[in-house]
Amino acid sequence: MQGFIDNLIRGWGYDPATWPWTQFVYVGFMGLFSFIVINFAAITGGIFSWAERRIAARMQSRVGPNRVGPAGFLQWIADAVKLLFKEDLIPAEADNVLFRAAPYFMMVGFACVFVALPFSHRLVIADMNIGIFYILAVTALIVVGIIMSGWSSNSKWSLFGAIRSAAQIISYEIPAGMALMIPVLLAGTMSTQGIIRAQGPWPWQWFIFDNPAATAGFFIFFISALAEGNRTPFDLPEAESELVSGYNTEYSGMRFSYFFLVEWGNLWVMSALAVTMFMGGWQVPFFPAERLDALTGWTAFFAEVASVLVFAGKTLFFVFVVMWLRWTLPRIRVDQMMNMCWKYLVPASFVGVLFVAGWMLIVRAAPAVGMAMHFLLAGAAAVAVIMFVQRVAHNLRDTGDKFDFTSNW
Amino acid sequence: MSKPLEVPTMDMENKEVLRRIEISGDMLLNMGPQHPSTHGVINFLVQTDGEVMKRAIPEVGYLHRSLEKIGERCTYNGYMPYTDRVDYIAAMFANQGWAMAVERLLGMQIPRRAEYCRVIACELNRISSHLISVGTMAMDIGAVTPFPYALREREFINDLLEELCGARLTYNYLRIGGVAFDLPSGYEDKVSTFLDHFEKILDEFNRLITYNEIFIKRLAHLAPIPAQMAIDYCLVGPNLRACGLSFDVRKALPYSVYPDFQFDVPVGKGEVGTMGDAWDRFWCRVEEMRQSCRILRQALAQLPKDSQIMGKVPRKIKIPEGTEAYSRIESARGDMQYYVVAGPGENAHRVKIRTGSFTAMGIIDALSRGLMIADLVALIASLDVVAPEIDR
Amino acid sequence: MTFEEIQQRLAGKFGERIGALSPANKDPFLVVQAADIVEICRYAKEDEALAFDCLMNLSTIDWPKRNQIEVVYHLWSYRRRHAFVLKVQLDRAKPEIASIESLWKSADWLEREQYDLMGVQFTGHPDLRRIMMPDDWVGNPLRKDYAEQAQWHNITTTRDNSLEGYVRLDELKKKAAEAAAASKKELPQ
Repeated sequence: MQGFIDNLIRGWGYDPATWPWTQFVYVGFMGLFSFIVINFAAITGGIFSWAERRIAARMQSRVGPNRVGPAGFLQWIADAVKLLFKEDLIPAEADNVLFRAAPYFMMVGFACVFVALPFSHRLVIADMNIGIFYILAVTALIVVGIIMSGWSSNSKWSLFGAIRSAAQIISYEIPAGMALMIPVLLAGTMSTQGIIRAQGPWPWQWFIFDNPAATAGFFIFFISALAEGNRTPFDLPEAESELVSGYNTEYSGMRFSYFFLVEWGNLWVMSALAVTMFMGGWQVPFFPAERLDALTGWTAFFAEVASVLVFAGKTLFFVFVVMWLRWTLPRIRVDQMMNMCWKYLVPASFVGVLFVAGWMLIVRAAPAVGMAMHFLLAGAAAVAVIMFVQRVAHNLRDTGDKFDFTSNW
Repeated sequence: MSKPLEVPTMDMENKEVLRRIEISGDMLLNMGPQHPSTHGVINFLVQTDGEVMKRAIPEVGYLHRSLEKIGERCTYNGYMPYTDRVDYIAAMFANQGWAMAVERLLGMQIPRRAEYCRVIACELNRISSHLISVGTMAMDIGAVTPFPYALREREFINDLLEELCGARLTYNYLRIGGVAFDLPSGYEDKVSTFLDHFEKILDEFNRLITYNEIFIKRLAHLAPIPAQMAIDYCLVGPNLRACGLSFDVRKALPYSVYPDFQFDVPVGKGEVGTMGDAWDRFWCRVEEMRQSCRILRQALAQLPKDSQIMGKVPRKIKIPEGTEAYSRIESARGDMQYYVVAGPGENAHRVKIRTGSFTAMGIIDALSRGLMIADLVALIASLDVVAPEIDR
Repeated sequence: MTFEEIQQRLAGKFGERIGALSPANKDPFLVVQAADIVEICRYAKEDEALAFDCLMNLSTIDWPKRNQIEVVYHLWSYRRRHAFVLKVQLDRAKPEIASIESLWKSADWLEREQYDLMGVQFTGHPDLRRIMMPDDWVGNPLRKDYAEQAQWHNITTTRDNSLEGYVRLDELKKKAAEAAAASKKELPQ
């Protein structure tokens, strides 16, 4: 983005290095982009709440919200307005400052991630060379917010729920981080744009199909991301937590909605990270990144739109998968969850990183092996997709069900 | 076991007990009486350190409606709607227990077609009660989707029973001496269509949740009850059969026309965990639904062609004082027993209803030591207790 | 084993203390003395031929005319698949009997329920307190002469008949209409 602003300043006839107002223009644009990012994050969160309710309902043979707006699309706006109007309760014995501040820690931690996400080949707010490292660091603020909310509520239920949630998130940071090191190794850079450019536009050129450890790494990352986002099957802090709401029990009104905004917005973050790191990000099939860079004028604009759509499409697919999992799988118990992390995912992710490092040496010696592995894994994935579709068709035939997108809107 | 227990009572002035629990570092929490599940209003006093429970003491009585005392005031016929409320999820069985007890007091037989109508209504009710039970159990474990699926199937049964007797929940269908209404025309076809559809759904249900990896991890080896302990605490129904004891009142003490039918009694085998654990109790209920479908098909095929649905019952039922009768039926929740002592006039002198859920509550305290709180929810769900049966 | 055979086996062990089986007034029962109940129940449970491993029901019946409260034990054997009914007749003024919770755990809650609703004291029960009614309730609801307390924690236990309430509202409305008509008649002066 800095390049873009610099070009703008030159267009006005000033030299960015010497002009005294450069920094003010930078700050102005930073404000503008923060505003855009926060709005995007919040609106995404709201729309996903609607999407989740509709998807859940259709999976459960129900209809879901269908009164407020077409297909209930404005339901989330109605809910947001309602929450704004609700009474703002703060328990008398709660720690006032921490109680009020906790949701904002979570919002900050969550919104800051968007700064490093590349939406298209020119559309990234800050393409830092420590991109993924920055993302991992900033998402840790969410834990701070959770612990603060649990502690300041001055209720034993809340505290235990918060501690449990914090334990879960902190534990799963490790396999998530290690699994994210795999694309970093393969790309040779921590910058998110760099990682995307190191992949190619076609599926068999994605990092997920690079070698078996990378595929495993993708799944480890996906599972850890589910745990970090408090999504089923890891939603013990939320749904059960001793049948009370855990860390957000004492919250009401807009503060309460911040927690859930962060949760739904996190779906986007998780999925976008998975897509960026492992599935080629905004790379459009048929157009390698260099060709996109070379375009100018209107074709460049259409290319941007295409890559944004590709990125959004892949991300939304994974958001759908996460929602699908929520309404299919039961919940794990807390000790089973910790077991899985420390006894299975952490060793697996370490082994994966070592394997990838070794694999890179092999590929450097014999590049054909690398290409063969790409095609092999991509082919295996294609076969898996075909088998899945066959299974779905079989299930539908079995129960006499049919696809019906025409009714119950 | 004979040491007096320190249970904090309603008199919370007595802070000494609370203080002693707090000093030990444990929390004393109330789970309930409002639950986000449909087991009803039951309270649990849970002593826990946040993760593992030391004790969970159930407190009941929130739904006590003095149905037994009302039995002493109503006529024998007039009490039938009250028996619906003894277990409103499996109301046909409660009706049948009362009808059988009073028919034994009168010493009368009821027409065969009435018996078949009773069996059809009861087995349909057994399926719908088990659907609620397995649906809510899956929901308590965290898988929310099987619950609407179970309710969707239950809607078909509700429609069938509504067509039969006019009600969706509290049926009041049976009468002393028979049943209230005959099967409507075309009913056999509707039930057959439903059964064809439902048996496929059961397979889908098994694929979705019963053999799901996480579901099994949550429920296998959870609170396994040895058969001897189950007998000692007088557990009945699927809870008892899951422990390996094959006892079903329909087979052991046959009543009505059940000897005419061939069906199996699912018994827990410890297929994925220990015998008698929560998963076995869940699986027994799913399999019982399948067996109920079998019974229904046979009942529809063997239905007597006449139209007599009520026996000869005097207009005012008066029974000599002191006559007593005991009836046992296999309700959805197990062995439901009615003990009726006739009074001087037209009412009973004493009605005692012994339900499976009441004794199942007694075992929760003993099983809960050392469980985690998430497990307590799963345990209660697996025992399929409903508050109206406990409290009456 | 039939009821008669079971009664004979008990009589064989306890002799004089076992009376005769009651005539089958639909369901027969055996009356035993309160002092013997634990012994008899223990024998019923441990004897191989009887093997009553389950106490399936425990009820109490209030007979004010006879001045008695009967405690009825329904025993069941899963091994032998037979049932039996024992009755104990207690003095209505002071109904006390030993608890059989040590023999069958199901007696724990069953006896608590009868203690709560009928007021029978089960001596030796580990945790005899109310189960259905609140802990500070007064009285035993299933007794024939039970009179409900007027209020509990300032909540009244009676409620006006709603039909009478509607009649009262109708009267009020009629009076209001009459008052309005009367005042209207006075106005045009």
